[in-house]
Amino acid sequence: MSLFRAEDIAIRFGGIRAVDAVSFDVQPGEVFSIIGPNGAGKTTIFNLISRIYAPTSGRLLFQDQDITNVPPYRIAGLGIARTFQNIELFANATLLQNLLIGRHCHSTVGVLSELVFTPAVRREELKHREKAEEVIAFLGLERYRDTLIANLPYGVRKVVELGRALCIEPKLLLLDEPSSGLNVEETEGMGFWIEDIKKDLGVTVIMVEHDMNLVRMVSDRVMALNYGKVIALGTTDEVQNHPEVVRAYIGGEA
Amino acid sequence: MRYLFKTDYRQDLTIWRHRGDLFWYGLLGVALLAIPFVLSEFYVGEFGGVFIFAVAGVGMMLLAGYTGLISLGNAAFLGIGAYTNSILLAHGVPLLISLPVSGLFTGLFGIAIGLPTLRMSGLYLAIATLAFGSIVGTVFQKWDAVTGGFDGFPVPEPYIFGIPIQSANGVYYLSLAVLVIVLWLSANLLRTPLGRAMVAIRDSEISAQSMGIHLARYKTFAFAISAFITGLAGALFAHYVRFLAPDAFDVLLSVQFVTIVFVGGLGSLHGVIYGALFVRLLPQFIAIIRDDLPFGVGRMPGLEPSLFGLVLVLVILFEPGGIYGRWIKIKHWFQAYPLKRRSSFRRQKSYARSERLR
Repeated sequence: MSLFRAEDIAIRFGGIRAVDAVSFDVQPGEVFSIIGPNGAGKTTIFNLISRIYAPTSGRLLFQDQDITNVPPYRIAGLGIARTFQNIELFANATLLQNLLIGRHCHSTVGVLSELVFTPAVRREELKHREKAEEVIAFLGLERYRDTLIANLPYGVRKVVELGRALCIEPKLLLLDEPSSGLNVEETEGMGFWIEDIKKDLGVTVIMVEHDMNLVRMVSDRVMALNYGKVIALGTTDEVQNHPEVVRAYIGGEA
Repeated sequence: MRYLFKTDYRQDLTIWRHRGDLFWYGLLGVALLAIPFVLSEFYVGEFGGVFIFAVAGVGMMLLAGYTGLISLGNAAFLGIGAYTNSILLAHGVPLLISLPVSGLFTGLFGIAIGLPTLRMSGLYLAIATLAFGSIVGTVFQKWDAVTGGFDGFPVPEPYIFGIPIQSANGVYYLSLAVLVIVLWLSANLLRTPLGRAMVAIRDSEISAQSMGIHLARYKTFAFAISAFITGLAGALFAHYVRFLAPDAFDVLLSVQFVTIVFVGGLGSLHGVIYGALFVRLLPQFIAIIRDDLPFGVGRMPGLEPSLFGLVLVLVILFEPGGIYGRWIKIKHWFQAYPLKRRSSFRRQKSYARSERLR
């Protein structure tokens, strides 16, 4: 049984077919990478999965449940977390608050009990805090716990965003270019974390990535896109040496 | 310098950071309770006004400072609260019931304005709420049967357990009590998922949504709670002015609320108090120095609004953190003396967001 499946999904913006009849399935526990030149439709696929866009046609299945028409704010509750290419953290809140916002979909208390801060709210807050602290320990963010995001360096923010996604306790994690803006060392660190997330936390990962070293380091399978169409799908080596992929990146008659 | 050594997660859930805070706030509380015994009635009345504006400021702060929704219609909420309270009192409803009911009734208007403005933000939202404000103002003027129109509406003398409240002291203590309760509710709100959801919407709607936050629900809630609190302030305001005139709740009053949150410091409850002090005491200050100003500046019409505008612009340009932000910096300077560095409060520039979804 696959954890996630896309069946012939397509979306058109005016005359442009940003994603055109793309089908793939992701097995539980694997790291599935999506590569492709700029404008190939990689991030658009993520926005389709997190329901920011509605597909023009096709179906999205998560754990055999059709999520094509689920409203976007329900996606996190189902167990799908994501990060963003250009970091969408809550900049004027502390790191800890950011992680706690990641716990939002697990909160069960009502408005009135929140207003008077009942003991039940206090108990739940402590539970969220413990989970957030687990993530902080996992990613080694202790020293930044009470720092405003606006005061953190870019590399750390990237990790915080990963942490915030982990606070959702996802079954499926969507990473949109986890290495963009990072130097070689930081990229390698990100690779180790992705491996740990897969092995220790058992989270399935779909990753959009340009850095082929990172892709090779963590991926089980790779899918290559160009102009919204799948041009290759397989192991890193198979995809990287696929003539269509070479042509898409380098051009020529191959 | 105090270094907070945290040993328990529960320490982060308290409203007080440490015992020292509790002591100082306690002292402040005692001082506030003692003011009517020390100062003259005029100043007690002025402080009552500061408290009422602080309550309205909290309503504005939750909306603008924490959820990032700018409203120029909050004066209308104040008016709805004031008229509701006065009309209920005139029908013989006791104050302890009419006060919360005015808040709740105004909260319904908050929901009504919140729902259609869900897709707006920034300037468009400001204009929509401005329109709402002027519509409500017109209703106050034209609906004579209920509001008394331009003849105004005398506010009945309220009693709590047989004690009359209309005096300066009565309004002072009642407003202080409401302010403390409202501050407590807001502080609770801000340390729970609800408050964090509001902050999340302010900083990034798109990622708030992928964290499972229902944007429409929380934005509407922000309007509702803001209207509720402003409605409470309005009910108190009725007793402060004792006579409701329909043109008191105009856009200039809304701008004063905006000034409270910007000058006090966006995103802090402390800032509300500083902002309310500023907004209420500046006119008094102008009145005192009016005669000593050169070139007849003191006699010029519109001196007060233009000063408000000038201060608002200067604060936004030079101290976006407002009075509270400046206070934090001054405190830091003393704590770190002589090691304060220029970079202490400089923020990292983040990469330009090239790929906004909308």
